[in-house]
Amino acid sequence: MPSRTPETRATSLFMRYAILVLVALIFVFPLVFMLVSSLKPSMQLLSDTSSIRAFLPVGDISLDNYTASFARAPVALFIFNSIFVTSVTVVLNLVICSMAGFSFAFLDWKGKDVMLSIVIATLIVPLETIAIPLLLVVNNLPWIGADGIEWGWLNSYRVQIVPFLSDALTVFLFVQYFRDLPRDLIEAARIDGASWFQIYAKVIMPISGPVIATAAILRFLAMYNQYLWPLMVTQSEQYRPVMVGLQYFFQLNTDWGQVMAYLSMITVPVLAFYLALQRAFITSIASTGIKG
Amino acid sequence: MGRFAKLTGILALTTALAGPALAATELSMWYHGAGGDSAERDTFARIIKEFNESQSDWEVKLQAFPQIAYNDAITAAAVAGKLPDIIDVDGPIMPNWAWSKYMQPLPIPEEKFAKFLPGTLGHWDGKLYSVGLWDAAVAMYARKSVLEENGIRIPTLDKPWTLEEFDAALVKLKDSGKFDYPLDLAMNDKGEWYPYAFSPFLQSFGGDIVDRSTYKTAEGALNGEAAVKFGKWWQSLFERKLAPGTSQDTADHDTGFLEGKYALQWNGNWAALKPLDKFGDDMLFLPAPDFGHGPKIGAASWQLGISASSEHADGAAKFIEFATQDKYLAAFSNAIGLIPATAEAAQMTENYKDGGKLAVFYDLSAKQALVRPVTPGYVFAAKEFRKALSDIADGADVQDTLDAAADAITADIEKNSGYGH
Repeated sequence: MPSRTPETRATSLFMRYAILVLVALIFVFPLVFMLVSSLKPSMQLLSDTSSIRAFLPVGDISLDNYTASFARAPVALFIFNSIFVTSVTVVLNLVICSMAGFSFAFLDWKGKDVMLSIVIATLIVPLETIAIPLLLVVNNLPWIGADGIEWGWLNSYRVQIVPFLSDALTVFLFVQYFRDLPRDLIEAARIDGASWFQIYAKVIMPISGPVIATAAILRFLAMYNQYLWPLMVTQSEQYRPVMVGLQYFFQLNTDWGQVMAYLSMITVPVLAFYLALQRAFITSIASTGIKG
Repeated sequence: MGRFAKLTGILALTTALAGPALAATELSMWYHGAGGDSAERDTFARIIKEFNESQSDWEVKLQAFPQIAYNDAITAAAVAGKLPDIIDVDGPIMPNWAWSKYMQPLPIPEEKFAKFLPGTLGHWDGKLYSVGLWDAAVAMYARKSVLEENGIRIPTLDKPWTLEEFDAALVKLKDSGKFDYPLDLAMNDKGEWYPYAFSPFLQSFGGDIVDRSTYKTAEGALNGEAAVKFGKWWQSLFERKLAPGTSQDTADHDTGFLEGKYALQWNGNWAALKPLDKFGDDMLFLPAPDFGHGPKIGAASWQLGISASSEHADGAAKFIEFATQDKYLAAFSNAIGLIPATAEAAQMTENYKDGGKLAVFYDLSAKQALVRPVTPGYVFAAKEFRKALSDIADGADVQDTLDAAADAITADIEKNSGYGH
């Protein structure tokens, strides 16, 4: 069988890259459109949409939309609220769900399989279904504040955090990942006299980077994009997150330039978070076949 | 006098002086304008400030919500029992909120609003629940030069276009070859615009979204002979390429009339200043055509009301009375361009006084306005109406589509035990 010539290999490589570049462009175009449009006046933005100019920073380019966005809404406050709520939730969620996953994967206790089935079954229950009862619950919960015991959690950060401290998908991800780890690790640690918590904290979690990254990204996106729940529980502007804030920009005559500027600003934390965990995320998908 | 006695005296004095300030009871108020027109927000802020300074019993505090999220926020607050004292409510939604016990009737004699435009007063079950500081109106945007060039009569309030005249004008404008489309209906806007802007066409044909004589059915009103006639004409607008259809680009709607792509545009007074600036005296705001049962346009915008759970309805009513003074109606109109609720206030504005640039809209509102069906079921019916008109525009069978919409609306009314009618 004749070997491939260098020319054939080069052509093949070129074709492969051409396809990859094309696919990359398809994925990048919306982001480019958003960023470029955020620099244009609304009328120009709309008239440019019918040509390639939509993706080019041409015409009347300025940062006016960004200035106007800050005038229209407390953008910095919304971004802070979202990052705070999301970060706290993701960190606590990873701790709680990884512990639950560890228990399901490694500990022996009565009814474990049934309980895991129940947890996984909750995956099919959307938030919208339980939003009203959940609202009634949080509206009647006590909290110890500066003035003593207060009733009702509305208008606070905790009402946006606590209900999401655990979720079935994250537990499931950890269970699946832990089950693929060699049991020898656990047995060796047990022989060395380690407690279950020590095994969790010092043996299992340090080698669980990929699943932690995957779960963190998925949770981050889900929390950062929350709309319905924060809308229901934050009557005061002080606690509103970015997605509720986005609605400030949809008016009778929507200024699309400002919408794009706001979207560009609120996309930055998501991109930064994803890029920071990208390598571990890809490793996780490649090694476990988890598609998220 | 000892130091302790002096201190006690000072404390007693400051407490006594602080008394009246502490006595003001807080009234919470929610409105839908977060992120919206800053002039509107500023005007509300001014009225609240002046109200708070005018007396010492009540202190209004404003909380703004983005308009798109406002109704959901109200519903969630009602579930949680956390509604504010004063709420603003979109006119056609008000009966639903009153029926759902989110609101209570205004404890203000209705005679106080005798001079208000009908569309600014929200009634349910024979009682006044809400009052608007302004109304909105829709007109047919046109250019005098375009109509004259094409030999088309300029209609007046007393003699609007008939169906035949209007249709012939559209065909003539299309045949001129100078426009992408002769008429822009803003089909891109799939929200409340459809029932607000287009149900008056249906009503002028003799149909309606529901049967207003009983409010217990849509049968006959939405799928009767008149409604089907309207539906067929409506569909023909798109089949004959007289108007862009449901796939219309928002950009085209925003710029099309200004750029001369559309000869006519069905649009509201809130968008009137741009074409006026561009076309000056050539710009016309024409009345709705009379399709057989009198010319009609939509009515009722945002209004103020009192929540059912408010423990301070008397204070809330005082604020609403204060806010509905002519000077504030005029201030809002000057700030946001909408139609002031009274003729006296209109005379105090730049745009709506006699000879003002937009005075025609006040007349349109006074003479052609018809509120959307006053029923809690409107919220559901409006969605069905919107879907039906969209489907018909896309080519669906007229009778079948209207039958399906009428059935769905009637079933919803029955499911809700007639919505209290």
